[in-house]
Amino acid sequence: MNLPLDLLINAVIAGVLLGGFYAAVTVGVSISFGMLDVVNIAHPAFIILGSYIAYIINATTGLDPIIIALLALPAFYLLGAGVYQVYYLAFERRGQESLRGLAFFFGLLFITEVALILGFGVDYRYVQAAYIGPSWRSAIGDLPLRMLIPCLFSMVMVLGLQFYLTRTFTGRAIQAVAQDQQALQLLAANPVTIKRIAFGISIATASLAGALLIIIQPIEPSVGRDYIGRVFAICVLGGMGSLPGTVIAAMLLGIMESFTATFYGPSWAPAVAFGFLLLTLAVRPAGILGR
Amino acid sequence: MRAPLFFLVSLTIAALLFGLAARVGNDYLFFAAYVVLQFVVLATAWNILGGYCGYVNFGTAAFFAIGAYTAVVLHKIGANTGRYLPDALQFLRPLFPLSVPVMIGLGGVIAGVVGLCMGYLTLRLRGVFFAIATLAMAVVLQTLVINWDFVGGSRGAYIIRPDSIAVAGLKLGYVQYLCVVMGVLAVIALSVARLIERSRLGYGFASIRDDELAAEAAGVPTLRVKMIATTISGAFMGMAGAPYPYYIGYVEPAATFGLPYAVNSIAMPMIGGTTSWVGPLIGAILLGSLQQIATVTISSAANLLIVGVLLVLFVIIAPKGIIGLLHANRRPRRP
Repeated sequence: MNLPLDLLINAVIAGVLLGGFYAAVTVGVSISFGMLDVVNIAHPAFIILGSYIAYIINATTGLDPIIIALLALPAFYLLGAGVYQVYYLAFERRGQESLRGLAFFFGLLFITEVALILGFGVDYRYVQAAYIGPSWRSAIGDLPLRMLIPCLFSMVMVLGLQFYLTRTFTGRAIQAVAQDQQALQLLAANPVTIKRIAFGISIATASLAGALLIIIQPIEPSVGRDYIGRVFAICVLGGMGSLPGTVIAAMLLGIMESFTATFYGPSWAPAVAFGFLLLTLAVRPAGILGR
Repeated sequence: MRAPLFFLVSLTIAALLFGLAARVGNDYLFFAAYVVLQFVVLATAWNILGGYCGYVNFGTAAFFAIGAYTAVVLHKIGANTGRYLPDALQFLRPLFPLSVPVMIGLGGVIAGVVGLCMGYLTLRLRGVFFAIATLAMAVVLQTLVINWDFVGGSRGAYIIRPDSIAVAGLKLGYVQYLCVVMGVLAVIALSVARLIERSRLGYGFASIRDDELAAEAAGVPTLRVKMIATTISGAFMGMAGAPYPYYIGYVEPAATFGLPYAVNSIAMPMIGGTTSWVGPLIGAILLGSLQQIATVTISSAANLLIVGVLLVLFVIIAPKGIIGLLHANRRPRRP
């Protein structure tokens, strides 16, 4: 096959930028699913919620979506902590988290989606910002700012989280909580509190990820569903709860999707993520950087 | 009650209900009843894997769509056998056009095989991965169908159903006929679920649900048992989907793979109670009728919201469903 080189380079660049953004989408699940063992399949719904909040405030005040997302972080943190409290009281404490917990999050996903459809209809919504149109022309090819900025912010967020998780006491406690709760209690840290904080953080990342999503593409309520597969594919492939693994897996998936979209057509792109996930689960469930 | 007797009794009840509905003479009743019966089959099928084994399947819509698209393909081949039937299979030509029950059978076989493969790939992992993989499979299949021109891609396919059909010398409206077919299917699904519940296989399922490691240690061939469960469950979902194109007249991927099927088939057993065949039946009749009423009186988006909220409320407040609530009330009378 005779591939034009610039097309190839553009596909790789687009893939890396897309992958960077996917890291932001996945990092919340890497924390909740990878570290806390809470199978939050509603995470994409929270991301879409973040997108809609960015859309509403941007449409009324014209504020930059990323600033809106940063302002909304505390609210999302509280929302996450609240959801975890319900989850803990209703399922984890009773030891029935697997079946009913899944149904609970699935219900949340569905409620959010339907509520957004009732509120805003199924029209595609988008935000206004100065950097959404132009591209940055560089030596290696065109870098659309619409993709570059989400990628950069995503990387900053992931780095910040990695720093927090490895350098602070609470962060290390979060990493420890899934491994050994009793040992954690011996260090005078309450596992439930730690998990609540961690889950709050994981939902807070959805606020920023949502704003980045609506910068990249117009959204409607059911877009979130496409992300379930991506998010879990990346999380599993990245080795469940390893943030560097998450970034690598996100980039890999981004590049693969971008190649598929370039050479086979965009309608095949969603199948890539899910096919990738099925393959990962079948062949190497421990992920690339698995323990 | 012995299984054949149970089958006959429920078939009689279904026939009586049908006779009653025919007396009313309102065609909408059959349209609504078909949907409720379809959900009885889907909820029962979901429960065979989800309730008995404890493995959550989010991919109901995928299995349902496999059945529906099997019917679309067979219908299209049947409409023009000379053009679409491969030369090697031309000897099958006199069989076409296929009747709906045959399509249900074939849809069930294909969905069952998909269930088997799916189970083989993912059931060795933790249950959570199976749940996520089923979600993934739904999207992969949807993408395949969208890119498959033969069944209309994302434009969808039209199926013009006949006005009426003669069954055993009796002339029936086509929707009434579909309703009868779905009713028989629902009775079969319930009988199978009940049979499983009281068999060795059912105890194997329950042991997996309660403690898979202990079950394995006690000699239950867990992987094989789980694969039987996914196959049966998938097959019934496919069967429920096969008559759908004839019922709705127009099949397109977004609706056929829609989330409502997945949510409903999880919500109905959860609300009714997952440990016995009665639970999904109660849940499906309650939620199914409620949705039919809400669709007519409020709006179709609102009825989905009701399902979601009920699902979340029930899993939090009444984890054993309506059956569990009934049992809890009965307990104090024990001497």
